[in-house]
Amino acid sequence: MPEMTLIDAIREAMDEELARDPRVFITGEDVGKRGGVFRATMGLYQKYGEKRIVDSPLAELSIVAIGIGAACAGLVPICEIQFADFIHPAFNQIVNEAAKMYYRSGGTWNVPLTIRAPYGGGIGGGLYHSQSVEAFFTHVPGLKVVIPSTPYDAKGLLKSAVRDPNPVLFFEPKKGYRSIKGEVPEGEYTVPLGKARLARQGSDLSVYAYGMMAHYAVQAAEQVAREDGIQCDVVDLRTLLPIDKETILASFKKTGKALIVYEDNLTMGYGAEIAAILSCDGFEYMDAPIMRLGGPDVPAVPFSHPLQEAFMPNPHKIAAAIRQLAAY
Amino acid sequence: MTALTNTQLSHFSAQLSAETLLEMYWYMLLARRTDERAWLLHRQGKIAFHISGMGHEATQVGAAFAIQRGVDYVAPYYRDLALCLAIGITPRDFMLSLFGKAGEITSKARQMPSHWSHKPLHILSTSSPVATQVPQAAGLAFAIKYKRENGLIDPNDASQPRLALTCLGEGSTSQGEWHEGMNWAGVHKLPFICIVQNNNYAISVPIEQQMAVSHVAERASAYGVLGVTVDGTDVLAVYDVMRAAVERAYNGEGATLIEAKCYRLTPHSSDDDDRTYRPREEVEEAKRADPILRFERHLLERGILTEALKQEYEQRVRQSVDEAQRYAENAPYPEESSLYEDVYMTT
Repeated sequence: MPEMTLIDAIREAMDEELARDPRVFITGEDVGKRGGVFRATMGLYQKYGEKRIVDSPLAELSIVAIGIGAACAGLVPICEIQFADFIHPAFNQIVNEAAKMYYRSGGTWNVPLTIRAPYGGGIGGGLYHSQSVEAFFTHVPGLKVVIPSTPYDAKGLLKSAVRDPNPVLFFEPKKGYRSIKGEVPEGEYTVPLGKARLARQGSDLSVYAYGMMAHYAVQAAEQVAREDGIQCDVVDLRTLLPIDKETILASFKKTGKALIVYEDNLTMGYGAEIAAILSCDGFEYMDAPIMRLGGPDVPAVPFSHPLQEAFMPNPHKIAAAIRQLAAY
Repeated sequence: MTALTNTQLSHFSAQLSAETLLEMYWYMLLARRTDERAWLLHRQGKIAFHISGMGHEATQVGAAFAIQRGVDYVAPYYRDLALCLAIGITPRDFMLSLFGKAGEITSKARQMPSHWSHKPLHILSTSSPVATQVPQAAGLAFAIKYKRENGLIDPNDASQPRLALTCLGEGSTSQGEWHEGMNWAGVHKLPFICIVQNNNYAISVPIEQQMAVSHVAERASAYGVLGVTVDGTDVLAVYDVMRAAVERAYNGEGATLIEAKCYRLTPHSSDDDDRTYRPREEVEEAKRADPILRFERHLLERGILTEALKQEYEQRVRQSVDEAQRYAENAPYPEESSLYEDVYMTT
C-alpha cells in the first residue's frame, strides 16, 4: 500500500468525490489557482475548472451560507474555512442555520454540506491560527463533527462526510498535515462516521484523544510500554458528534482508568463530556479518578515559541500523565 | 433601471388579463383578512404570537405573480404572508402554525408562526435572526447557475427553478449577512432578486438610524447589482419592476435589488406597542393609502371589479379563513415523540 501524508489523503478524497459526483464543488478562500494556503486543493482547479473549484470572496459566513443554499438546491458543497480560528463569523450560519434546517423544516430541507477547516496549535500560528474550536460545535445537535488523525481515516471519513445528508464539520489537525504519514489503499473505501477506533491495545489504562493528540497519544503509549511496561488502550475518537459511547465504554470497562487528551482549553472542553459518560455509565468499573490533559485556560495559544510549547500537550506530557495515572 | 419610470415598464402589467388581476386582488384580500383574524385570535387569548404583514400585500403579491410560483426559489421573511399565500401556502397551513398544532406543514409546529418553509413549493425554511436567508438565497441562485453551466439540468426544463427571490426589511440590510449575500450575487452575476420591503421602521428604529443613504436601492451599485426603488403600495408597479428583474435573472444578466416602499399598518408584532414610537397621524395617513384599497379603486375604475364581485370575494375569503381557523382549533397538538424526530437525516 502506498504511504501518503495527511493532506495528500484529504486531497485525494476530494479529488475522488469530485470525479464521482458532478454535484460536488469546492468553495473557500484561495482554493482555486492557489490550491489552498495549505495546498489541500492543489491541482483540483486545474483538473475540474473554475466552475467547480470556486474562489470565494474573503468572507467566511458567506462561504457557509452559499454552501447551505447550494446544498438545499441539491448540490454537494465542500466549504473550506482557511483556519478554524476564522470560523466564528460563520457561527450563526452553522449553528442557527445549517444545524437546525432539517429540524425546523419538519424533516424536509436537509443540508448535505461539508465544512473543512485546519485547526490546532504547534505551528507558530499565535492566537488566531492555532485554535481548537470543536467544543463550540459538538454542543449542537444537527451537526456532525469529525477529526481524523491518520491519512487512512482522513480519506475515508472525508468521503463519508461528503456523502452524508447532514452538515458535517471536518476539522483537520494542521500540524500533522505533512508530518503524519500512513498507508492508504488505492481506490474506493469509506470510513463510517460515528465510530471511534482502537488505535492501540493495552489493559492498564485507556487514553482518549482525537486529531493531533491521538497521534501523540499513540507515540506516548509506545514510549511508556517500552520504558515502563505500561500497556494502554488508545481510543482515537475520530467522530466527536455523534459520539461512539459503545467503544468509549468498552475500553474503560477493560481498564478502569481513563486519561482524556485534547489541546483545546481544559475547562468545558470536549473531554468533559467523555468524563461525564465514563462516570455515569462506567462508574462500577472505575479504578481511578478520570484524568484530563488539555491546554491551559488562557485565551489562546501564544506566538512566542516557548510559550506555545508550554501551552501544547505533546507526547512527553502525555507519557507523564499516563505514568501518573497508572501509578494510582 | 433606476432611471426607468414605472410608465416605461408598465407594458408588463398592461398585459395582465382581468382574470389574473382579480387573482392578485384575491390573494391581497385573503392575506389581509387572514392577518386580521390572527390579531383577533391573539387578542382573544387563543394564540400566543402573531407577526403581521398588513400594508405589505401589494409588494408581496406583485412579486409573487412575476415569478414562476412554486418553481422559482423563494427565501422569504416573517412578513411574507401574502407572498407565501400567493405561492401556495394555505390559510389552513397558517392557522395550524398559529395554534402550534399537529399537521403544521412548515416545521411540524416547531417554529413560531410566519417562519415559512415548503419544500415542494421551493420556499426555503427561514429562521428568526434577520438577513440569514439572503446569502442562502444567493446559494440557491448559485446552484441554479452551477447546474446550468455544468450540464446538470436542461435549461429549457420548465420544472426547474430559474431564479432565487429573497425578501427582508430595510432594517435587516444593516446586517453583514445581507452585504455578503449581495456581494456574491454581484460577483457571480447570479439569477437573484432581493426585495427590501422598506416600511421605515425596524420595530421602533427609523430608517435614519439604520443607514446614511436615503434609499436602500442606492447601495446596489456597491455590489455591481441593479437597484430600483418602487412604490410598494402599488401592486402593478411592483409587478412591473419585478418582471424586469425576472427577465434579467432568466437571461443571465445578473441580480436586482428592489426597494419597495410601504408602510407597516400594525405594530411590529402582537407583543409590540407602536404608540411609543410612531405618531398616530402618520399611521392614519398610511391607512388612507392602504395598498388593498388602492388596487380596489383601480380595478373598480377599470370595470374589472364590481361592488357585487367585491362582496362575493369578501364572503369567500371569510369562509376560507373561518374554515382554516375551525380546522386548526380542532386539530390535536403534536405527539411528544415528535420532539425527537428530524435531528439528523438518515439515508
